[in-house]
Amino acid sequence: MSNDGVNTGRRRFLIATTAVGGGIGAVGVAVPFVKSWNPSEKAKAAGAPAKADIGKVEPGSMIVVEWRGKPVYVVRRTDEVIGLLEGLADELKDPNNTVTSQQPAYANNIFRSRKEDLVVIEGVCTHLGCAPKYFPEVKPQAFQENWKGGFYCPCHGSRFDLSGRVLKGSPAGKNLRIPPYSYVDENTLIIGVDEENA
Amino acid sequence: MSKMSDFMGWVDHRIPLTATFEKHMSKYYAPKNFNFWYFFGVFAFLMLANQILTGVWLTMSFTPTAEEAFASVEYIMRDVEMGWLIRYMHSTGASFFFIVIYMHMFRGLMYGSYQKPRELIWIFGMAIYLMLMAEAFMGYVLPWGQMSYWGAQVIISLFSAIPIVGDDLVTWIKGDFLISGITLNRFFALHVIALPLVIVALVFLHIVALHEVGSNNPDGVDIKKYKDEEGRPLDGVPFHPYYTVHDLVGIVVFLFVFCFVIFFWPEGNGYFLEHANFEEANGLKTPAHIAPVWYFGAYYTILRVVPDKLFGVILMGAAIAILFVLPWLDRSPVKSWRYKGWISRINLVVFALFFVLLTWLGTQPATGIYAKLGMVGTVVYFGWFITLPFISAKEKTKPVPERVTG
Repeated sequence: MSNDGVNTGRRRFLIATTAVGGGIGAVGVAVPFVKSWNPSEKAKAAGAPAKADIGKVEPGSMIVVEWRGKPVYVVRRTDEVIGLLEGLADELKDPNNTVTSQQPAYANNIFRSRKEDLVVIEGVCTHLGCAPKYFPEVKPQAFQENWKGGFYCPCHGSRFDLSGRVLKGSPAGKNLRIPPYSYVDENTLIIGVDEENA
Repeated sequence: MSKMSDFMGWVDHRIPLTATFEKHMSKYYAPKNFNFWYFFGVFAFLMLANQILTGVWLTMSFTPTAEEAFASVEYIMRDVEMGWLIRYMHSTGASFFFIVIYMHMFRGLMYGSYQKPRELIWIFGMAIYLMLMAEAFMGYVLPWGQMSYWGAQVIISLFSAIPIVGDDLVTWIKGDFLISGITLNRFFALHVIALPLVIVALVFLHIVALHEVGSNNPDGVDIKKYKDEEGRPLDGVPFHPYYTVHDLVGIVVFLFVFCFVIFFWPEGNGYFLEHANFEEANGLKTPAHIAPVWYFGAYYTILRVVPDKLFGVILMGAAIAILFVLPWLDRSPVKSWRYKGWISRINLVVFALFFVLLTWLGTQPATGIYAKLGMVGTVVYFGWFITLPFISAKEKTKPVPERVTG
C-alpha cells in the first residue's frame, strides 16, 4: 500500500528500531538509579569485628554483643541442655545443618559451636528478622508445653533450640545464622573473624 | 460585556478553563439519589489534601537521620509552635484516611460500583490503595521509634521470601546490611516526593475515568438512559452547585469528628500511634509485642496464619491482588445489592465483619484462640472471592427499576 509514495514497511521498521533504541537507552539510564540503592562504600566499611569478654558468662546465661548493627547472642549452655541437644532431631526442621550458608564449617555440628558449652548465634530470626527472646529453662511455656530451652521469636512465634536450630511448626525455615568467630584467648571472643588468634 | 467575561474569554481562548469546569463540575450530572456512603470519596480527597499540607510543614522541622529523627519529632511535638497539632493532624490523619478509604471501598462493594463499565475506576482505586499502604508504611518508619524500626525490619524481610534473589533484594532496599539511617533517609525521599506524586497522578486518573462513564448510585441504575430534550439525565443534578454544597455539610460534620479525635484522643489508645514507638529505635531488642498499625491488620493476620515463610507471603500478596480482579469475579446482572439475592447480601455483611475481625486480630498476639480465629477469618476472606462468581451468576435477582428510587 503505497499512498503518496509512503513506504509503510520501511516506516514501520524505522518506528520499531527507534523504539528499541530508545528502550535500550532507557534501560541504560536506569542503571545508575538502581545502583545508587546498593550499600555505599561507607556502609560496607562499617563491618568491623566485635570483641566480647566472656569470662563472666555463667552457665545458663547470655550476653548480647553488637556486631554490624545486629545483636549476637553469646550463651553458655548448662550440661543439662547440652545433653538434650542430640535427642531433639525429630522436633527440628534441619537437625543436620544442611544449609551451609547458615554456619561456618567449624560450627557444623549438633552444638553449632567451636566449644560444646559456648554458642555464638546471630539474634536475627530467619523468618522476618526480629530478635528472638531467650528462654533457657527446661519447663512448660505458653508457646510450647514440652519446652527444652531455646529462643522464641515474639513477632511470629518461631522457635529455636539452644543451638539456634529451628523447631518444626515455626514460620522460619532456616536455622539461626552462626557468625564467623574465634577466641583471642580463654576469656575473649572476637566476632567477625574466622581464624583463631587472627 | 463585563470586564470579567472579557477576561474569561481571553483565558478560554488560551486554556479550556470554562469548558473544563463545566465538564467536571457545573455540567457533570451526578445521580440525585446519592446517600450517606457517597460522602467518603470527597472525604478521601480532603484527607489527601490534609496529608500533603501537614506533611510539607512537618518536613520543615524533621531531620531524616538515624541520630536525629526521633529527637526531631520530639522537637516538633514540644518546641515548634503548634507543631504538635500539625504532627497529630498528619499521624491521626493517616488513620482517618484509611477509615475513609475502607468506607469508600465498602460503598463500592454494596452498590457494585466496580462493575462494567467502571472496572478501570476500581483498578485505579486499588492502585491508590496499594500506594497508600506503601506511603503509610514508609511514613511510619520516619519517627524512628521501636515500632518504626521493627515494623520496617519485618516488612522489608518479606522480600527475602522470594527464592534466589530475595536476600540481595532486601539488602538493595535497605541500602545497608541492616535497617539504618541510609534506609530511613531513602524512605523519607520516597514518602515525601515519589509516592505522593504517584498517588496524586492516580487520583487524577481515578476521577477522569469516573467522569467519563459517570457516577454509579445506590440503585445501580444507569441515569443516562432517560434524558430531557436538552440531553440532561432526568435523574441527575449538576455536581456544582448541588453536590459541592451538599458535600460541604458532610465535610463540616467530618471535621468535627476529626478535630475531636486530634484534640482529645490523638494516639487512639495505641491504635493510631503505638506505645512502643515512644521509645527510640534499638536494633538489638525487639519489643515484646510487635504489631502493625491497625490499617494493615487484616493482611498481617493472613501472613501469620501460615507457618511457612514463602507461602505466608504469597497468601498475603494474594489477599491484596485478588481485590484487583473483583470486577471480573462478580457476574451478577445487577449492580446494587438492593436487587441482588439474600445470599449475596448476607455474604457481603459477613465478609465485611470478618475483615474487621482480621484487622483487629492483626494488632493482637497470634496465640491460642486468636490464631484459630485468624485461620477462620482467612478462609472466609478468600471464600467470599472464590464463591462470588458462582453465587452471583446463579442466584435470582430482583427486577431493577427503570429510574432511581428516593
